[in-house]
Amino acid sequence: MDFATLLQLLESTIRMSTPLLLACLAGLFSERSGIFDIGLEGKMLIAAFFSAAIAYNTGNVWLGLLAGIGASLGLSAIHGLASITFRGNQLISGVALNFLASGITVLIAQSWYKQGGKTPTLTGGARLNEINLPLTETLRDVPVLGPIYAQVISGHAPLVYVAFLAVPATWWLLFRTRFGLRLRAVGEAPEAVDTAGISVIRLRYTAVAICGILCGIAGAYMATGLQPFFGKEMTAGRGYIALAALIFAKWRPWYALAACLLFGFLQAVAIRFQNFDLGAFTVPVQVMDALPYILTVVILAGFIGKAIPPRAGGTPYVKER
Amino acid sequence: MDKMPAWADAVLVPLISILIAAVLSALVIAALGMNPFEAFQLMVEGALMKSSGWGYTLYYATNFIFTGLAVAVAFHARMFNIGGEGQAQIGGLGVALACLFIPWPHWSLALIAATLAAALFGAAWAYIPAILQAKRGSHIVITTIMFNFIAAALINYVLVNLLRPAGAMEPATATFPAATSLPTFQQMFSTSETVLFRGSPANITFFIAVAACIGVWLLIWRTRLGYELRAFGFSETGAKYAGISPVKITVVSMLISGALAGLMAINATMGEAERLVLNASEGAGFIGIAVALMGRSHPVGVFLAALLFGFLYQGGAELAFWANIPRELVTVIQALVILFTGALDNLVRWPLERAFLAFRPKGAQ
Repeated sequence: MDFATLLQLLESTIRMSTPLLLACLAGLFSERSGIFDIGLEGKMLIAAFFSAAIAYNTGNVWLGLLAGIGASLGLSAIHGLASITFRGNQLISGVALNFLASGITVLIAQSWYKQGGKTPTLTGGARLNEINLPLTETLRDVPVLGPIYAQVISGHAPLVYVAFLAVPATWWLLFRTRFGLRLRAVGEAPEAVDTAGISVIRLRYTAVAICGILCGIAGAYMATGLQPFFGKEMTAGRGYIALAALIFAKWRPWYALAACLLFGFLQAVAIRFQNFDLGAFTVPVQVMDALPYILTVVILAGFIGKAIPPRAGGTPYVKER
Repeated sequence: MDKMPAWADAVLVPLISILIAAVLSALVIAALGMNPFEAFQLMVEGALMKSSGWGYTLYYATNFIFTGLAVAVAFHARMFNIGGEGQAQIGGLGVALACLFIPWPHWSLALIAATLAAALFGAAWAYIPAILQAKRGSHIVITTIMFNFIAAALINYVLVNLLRPAGAMEPATATFPAATSLPTFQQMFSTSETVLFRGSPANITFFIAVAACIGVWLLIWRTRLGYELRAFGFSETGAKYAGISPVKITVVSMLISGALAGLMAINATMGEAERLVLNASEGAGFIGIAVALMGRSHPVGVFLAALLFGFLYQGGAELAFWANIPRELVTVIQALVILFTGALDNLVRWPLERAFLAFRPKGAQ
């Protein structure tokens, strides 16, 4: 593999990691507050559709982004209602919302555009355009680092940088603010938070809403940046990979970055090389597809460190007990 | 604390939940610009008013009975097996191997072998998540989701690289030998004068599914193992005190669950497609969740719910054909059913409980 191919691969890694990273951080907020969310996939999907559709209808990608976030927040509200207010089963609620998104996006897309469940291709201002970071041209001639900066780091859609900046922001919010302390506490010992006179319900709704916003950005990036249209089931299991990354990262923001870059790299390799030739043997593309899941199972099994979820995760909080 | 009567909890709550889901589904159809009553009529006509429609309805129902029972058995031990999809696909691999590589003289022998293979392969695929949950505490929901994806990648690899006949483009196995072809309802019930179930895929597997319902009922309510399973689901610590091994119950219930999901493949892969294709389970593993929730994990309930979803599937196909409404409508209905019977059931239960307490007979404290 030569240097140019490696650069392409890394550039593609950054793009593939972005939706994973946003969804993974979304899940991190929700699960740290004690609300399991396997509906990341559905939220991304519905956001992808509404962002592409509104961007196409208005010709403005930012209105599309807002619509995507709004749709994702709508699903978050249902999830919150089911799992916080009505103390239902959070996993079942997540499953239901994934199906809801998967069905309703195609129904509306077909009803609006009649193109077999996809939106028309976005052009011009309806697409996310790539931005060049400062000094890209000046530094291009610097050996090795110049091309890396110009090709891998610079020249992505703005939402890519939002995703990567969200990592330190999440870390700061969770581990350096009062809100973050409470959020983490509510996922471990909600009764303690309640005793301190802080509303468990409000904290959890806030976390679920943040989760909705981040999933919304992830979906919008997929349908306006990564690809210039919405297609049926276009998230293709990324919500589940993000969930896997979250476990892989043991519910920590910086680890999440590493996990998402790794899984994004695997996706990039799987796209670039159908069968990855390692000289001695070839790795079939299916192994690359399955690797995130296999790694997660290994992590879950506790063979490489132990992944311990927030203690109160998945159980609704009942005040009287 | 006072409670509402058991019958209200078992029948009234799911019934009202389904009603809400139905009303919302009707609103969705109306929003798509179609009269919901006309749509319903079209579905009934296509799925129930002719024998070939029933042939499709029962074919789909057979799939959903298996996957619904799979989820239900795991639910009794308070486990959520979301991996029916993967287990069914791996079950399909078992069926394909049994049908392709052994020259069976008669379909009945092939059916027995394929049934065993499907159950064995499905159970094996559920074994790893089960043992990880039992021994290492890995969350079964997450591991079974992961195993769905791993199964899809594995089947993809096997079909593309190993089982695809030379020269074929499509990633699928060769067609199974004619001797393994299962009798369809058309062959079984048609007389020389009238042809019934014309061209529809319903086959003898339906009766295996009915037998599986009875088997699961016997297992859960008439055997020691079933008692242990329910006790474990009711209270893990209580079961432990009673000398029930959590490891054993977790693994055994998941093995049964996986085997049931795997059995779906005899209907879909051996009965209908007669070869193994990509994504042979077609989402039936997930519909099993809706079926089990709606059927309250009782075999009779699962049977009825599977019939309803079979009807929805066939009716949805009719709608897609005649009214140009995408088949994804069924996905939305399925989502609403899961949401209201599974996650939002307290939305119905709490007000109902209050109503019952308000109107209870005076003096009956």
